[in-house]
Amino acid sequence: MPYTHEVLFKTLADPTRRAIFERLCREGEQTVGALTARAGVSQPAVSKHLGVLKQAGLVLDRHEGRQTHYSAQPGALAPLIDWTSQMAGFWQSRLDDLEDLLKRMDQ
Amino acid sequence: MNEKSTETLSVVVEREIPYPPEKIWRALTQPHLIEEWLMKNDFKPVVGHRFDLRADWGTVDCRVLAVEPNKTLSYTWEAHGLESVVTWTLTPSSTGTHLRIDQSGFRPDQQQAYQGAKGGWPRFFAALEQLLARTD
Repeated sequence: MPYTHEVLFKTLADPTRRAIFERLCREGEQTVGALTARAGVSQPAVSKHLGVLKQAGLVLDRHEGRQTHYSAQPGALAPLIDWTSQMAGFWQSRLDDLEDLLKRMDQ
Repeated sequence: MNEKSTETLSVVVEREIPYPPEKIWRALTQPHLIEEWLMKNDFKPVVGHRFDLRADWGTVDCRVLAVEPNKTLSYTWEAHGLESVVTWTLTPSSTGTHLRIDQSGFRPDQQQAYQGAKGGWPRFFAALEQLLARTD
């Protein structure tokens, strides 16, 4: 998946979804009910956000009786960190070429 | 650090260059010169102008957002379905020019939403980088 960062950007663009993911990162595994109590949106909405997060590989679900527990998978964020370092590397090498060009230019 | 770069996820690269801003400006804005250090292009220093940057690996779709000769140049940068904004800032220094490039990784129309959201991206990423460091 060459453009994983694109999926992650889109998944985390929604502030409510990002807040749910942050809470799971900070506080560990939780049920949909516990997340809903503090999310400020309805349980179906929370479930939908969790489904999107799961598709992006950012959360895992675990069924126990009638409850589903969700946990964060922060390792799935690595491609986003990679994006910034890749772009920084890209611009450093472009600036090297720019400096070479400036040496060759008149004035 | 300006407000924008603290409120969005961005890549910043800065460099001291031993040439005056006017000369660097030419290299940043003349198509045949841009091609020598960046990519083939149909750039024009006109706000609203749409242009492509073309490389072997694909095309970057761009639109000029701001032009202030010898000082600031800004354009959108859309590749792989992700739109970002690239801003060049040239500041004269005692030895030449302080050149700064800032690439913000989100659509301009989304930036307001991000800025308004509690817990901005930089804090989010700082927290997650710590988490990643722990899980490695």
